[in-house]
Amino acid sequence: MIPAGFEYHRPGDIASAIGILQEHGDEARVIAGGHSLIPMMKLRMAEMGHLVDLQAIDELKGIQIGSDTVTLGAMVTQHELITHDGLAAAIPLIREAALQIADPQVRYMGTVGGNVANGDPGNDMPGLMQCLNATFELSGPDGNRSVAAREFYEAAYFTAREDEEILTRISIPVPGAGVGQAYEKQKRKIGDYATAAAAVMVGNGTASVAMTNLADTPIWSEGASAALADGDVNGCVAAMLDAIEPVADNRGPVEFKKHVAAVMLRRAIDRAQSRAG
Amino acid sequence: MNDQTMTPEERAANLKGMGSSRKRVEDVRFTQGKGNYVDDIKLDGMLFGDFVRSPYAHARVVSVNKEAALAQPGVIAVLTAEDLAPLGLHWMPTLAGDKQMVLADGKVLFQGQEVAFVVAEDRYIAADAAELVEVEYEELPVLTDPFEALKSDVVLREDIADQTEGAHGPRKHHNHIFTWEQGDKDATEAILAEADVVAEEMVYYHRTHPCPLETCGSVASMDKVTGKLTLYGTFQAPHAIRTVVSLISGIAEHNIRVISPDIGGGFGNKVGAYAGYVCSVVASIVTGKPVKWVEDRMENLMSTAFARDYWMQGKIAATKDGKITGLWCHTTADHGGFDACADPTKFPAGFMNICTGSYDIPTAYLAVDGVYTNKAPGGVAYRCSFRVTEAAYFIERMIEVLAIKLNMDAAELRRINFIKADQFPYQSALGWEYDSGDYHTAWDKALKAVDYDGLRAEQAQRVEEFKAGKTRKLLGIGLTHFTEIVGAGPVKNCDILGLGMFDSCEIRIHPTGSAIARLGTISQGQGHATTFAQIIASEIGLPADDITLEEGDTDTAPYGLGTYGSRSTPVAGAATAMAARKIRAKAQMIAAYLLEVHDDDVEWDVDRFSVKGAPERFKTMKEIAFAAYNQAIPGLEPGLEAVSYYDPPNMTYPFGAYICVMEIDVDTGEWDVRKFYALDDCGTRINPMIIDGQVHGGVTEALAIAMGQEIAYDEMGNVKTGTLMDFFLPTAWETPNYITDYTVTPSPHHPIGAKGVGESPNVGGVPCFSNAVHDAFRPFGLVQSHMPHDHWRIWKIANGLGMHG
Repeated sequence: MIPAGFEYHRPGDIASAIGILQEHGDEARVIAGGHSLIPMMKLRMAEMGHLVDLQAIDELKGIQIGSDTVTLGAMVTQHELITHDGLAAAIPLIREAALQIADPQVRYMGTVGGNVANGDPGNDMPGLMQCLNATFELSGPDGNRSVAAREFYEAAYFTAREDEEILTRISIPVPGAGVGQAYEKQKRKIGDYATAAAAVMVGNGTASVAMTNLADTPIWSEGASAALADGDVNGCVAAMLDAIEPVADNRGPVEFKKHVAAVMLRRAIDRAQSRAG
Repeated sequence: MNDQTMTPEERAANLKGMGSSRKRVEDVRFTQGKGNYVDDIKLDGMLFGDFVRSPYAHARVVSVNKEAALAQPGVIAVLTAEDLAPLGLHWMPTLAGDKQMVLADGKVLFQGQEVAFVVAEDRYIAADAAELVEVEYEELPVLTDPFEALKSDVVLREDIADQTEGAHGPRKHHNHIFTWEQGDKDATEAILAEADVVAEEMVYYHRTHPCPLETCGSVASMDKVTGKLTLYGTFQAPHAIRTVVSLISGIAEHNIRVISPDIGGGFGNKVGAYAGYVCSVVASIVTGKPVKWVEDRMENLMSTAFARDYWMQGKIAATKDGKITGLWCHTTADHGGFDACADPTKFPAGFMNICTGSYDIPTAYLAVDGVYTNKAPGGVAYRCSFRVTEAAYFIERMIEVLAIKLNMDAAELRRINFIKADQFPYQSALGWEYDSGDYHTAWDKALKAVDYDGLRAEQAQRVEEFKAGKTRKLLGIGLTHFTEIVGAGPVKNCDILGLGMFDSCEIRIHPTGSAIARLGTISQGQGHATTFAQIIASEIGLPADDITLEEGDTDTAPYGLGTYGSRSTPVAGAATAMAARKIRAKAQMIAAYLLEVHDDDVEWDVDRFSVKGAPERFKTMKEIAFAAYNQAIPGLEPGLEAVSYYDPPNMTYPFGAYICVMEIDVDTGEWDVRKFYALDDCGTRINPMIIDGQVHGGVTEALAIAMGQEIAYDEMGNVKTGTLMDFFLPTAWETPNYITDYTVTPSPHHPIGAKGVGESPNVGGVPCFSNAVHDAFRPFGLVQSHMPHDHWRIWKIANGLGMHG
């Protein structure tokens, strides 16, 4: 658990951070809260010559609540997501999910940007952002661009983000009144990744359904969402079970995970429906 | 203060002696981060060691190339078996009479085995250089199943392949270690053949790990001028370590000082000797500088001593009315690559022969076969006396299985088979003499406290609701009545490496009436400095707050066999009382002299001797202490101190009644402990608050083991649970509230009647949680399912019983 040596950088703005990434290429990695990267470094499964710490960059901070859109800076911590009253009012699903991530110590440091950008299939926020139809803002040497959360994830730890880009902000449409939301997660203990987790929004004739840690990327299912929008819960669950591809690990075999996935999804749907309208 | 204005009760309370919930004196430094652990030791010029470990579970080591590592600036040395061989230190003896590689000698037998030891100027350079050591391996077939190992042509231990005789008798196969038999095989089999009812089941107690908060480590410092070696380390038995280091290194024992500083939990993990200790010593001798080795969490889980891994095939015979007539057990014990079990020499399966439990079982037979596999060595007593938790789990499962077979209530089945209070001392069929007990009283108190009949009624209703589709949650009522055997032990049958398992205490009273006591044990969180001072306070009438307690430095403390197996209070606690009584006997003579009466004319009164019939004429212990140093008393040496080496006449047998109420979600396998009631009888209670703390901690570790904690291997011998993500260590969130209770049945042979408590909650807790899971599914046909009961395994039970439609 002793990491290899590295150079530490602490730029004060996004442009400087991108400059460092450009200079060192794939020798450099950005670090946000560090809760995924530092353990990997200690295990020497991640080794890089240059670590670019984003915590001094004010442009990456802050939560803005608009009437149609909520914007989260990439360096907003899970703790801030939980304690921000305006956010809890606008999109209660985010607080509900953040409370189920790790433990308070981790949530003081862990960031929403790190959680979505790392591409770890165990992380909760990617599935949540797909459910909410969020958009990730990326800054790179060629300027800024946006990628939909539903388009961002390619495989475990592989995303649409280029090596020299930084995920700077997350924009989320406010679901609006009448839309019920719920996040249901089964885990072995506090601090664990999900055995299965489901994010559900339903109401006003619309629905969106995403699940976590049941494939090498988060799974948002158009078919499951459409079925639920039509009020067809069984169809929704069936479509989602078709879409997920869980693998056996210490949490259990595939058969178990599929069963639990269905249970979590049904519970999330129940709760979301009870909050709708 | 000490005048006649206070009642004897008030004076006794001021002493904070036995029975007082005195706050732990250790916690002042622990809660402020001022503890002094091995990794806090920093010596001038200290070097750091790190291991190159095998990624394979079974492989030949073809070559080790150190060049790139040695070329790294700051790297001092890279040690391999070849370097240790001239010193005879490439192998070391184990506590179980086997030998174990210190560094891989030609092959590796488990993943994580130590292959080379890198010594560098700082911890980071050592870790970098360890990556640069190039080891070429040739993979060999891997054996992770002990039953398969006993049939396989693959020879794990080539060094002893031809030896048909092991440390514990004949070996039947090249991967077989020993067979240990107790009881009467023929008589038991005859009873099984004729019994009204026989229940048979395989009970597996999976491999787990003590996982103390502080991992293992050592700092060795060889002073080449004085020729003296100082060794700091995470040792539960520092004196035994000194003797072993002397025997294997050739350094005279008086030139070795072993120090166990504060230890952050042991639970058996820190009883044995590890390659890291040996390598730090060798590296210090070679370099002439202090060398520190501290393992990380993954190394701790992968390579240091595991616990359990017993496959227990059981048969239990009874009359149709439920009176048990016989018990048969055959255990296949997976010991890993080396037999490094920490048991008394004559007990290769520990005290597994306590497996008749709390029951009057007239005839029994136990056989244990030890087997080598490609797993880490160990087999330590993880918060239990030697293999007692395995024994308790076995019998408490077999009772449940028998209750199912008889269609009886499991609480009633226990009650009709308990050893009765008037049967003590009780001679068990497998060779133990239980010192004291009153199981029926404890059992009835426990059942009443939880409203057992009410719980059963609620459970029956829940079953109906479940069948009617009104709920998806089941209710399980877990029962356990356990009997521990602790306090090893009588020197006549208990030794470790030939060292008798006595223990010791030395007490010195200072002229002003304060004192220091030193013991041969070592606290790892048990609170010895608090409780042993309380024993002395009650015995000699000086306040516990005025008594310093020291352990763990072999240059100052008297020789003892250390702290594990709940032996500190039964053995060292007895030595403490005996040493205190020697002081009191001398104090009596001093008091009589001062009071100008005959020795027999004074009597003890809490904190003083007074003249019989004239209580106003007295001398307090404080006055007596001063007199011991400033008066020339005819016939008495000056000073006031004593030492006692205590060889207990028997073990002690704490017991308890535990009940768990658990809710289980059949769709997800999730569980929730609604209530956990723990009644412990540990004999005389020294500090009720510390007992509660011990019970809370021990039951929490039991919860961990029963509900998820395991060291799991894949078929290639890779450890699948090497981090705390996958190795279940409960947080406060998963830990239920506990209700503690007690009865008091003193040990008749212990000077203060105390029995020890630290390990009871783990011994009783594991079967209690497991029985709760089983009990929830009993109405639906479950008989036996193996731990750990994590979500997917509970789900699998429900699935197998057709509960998922």
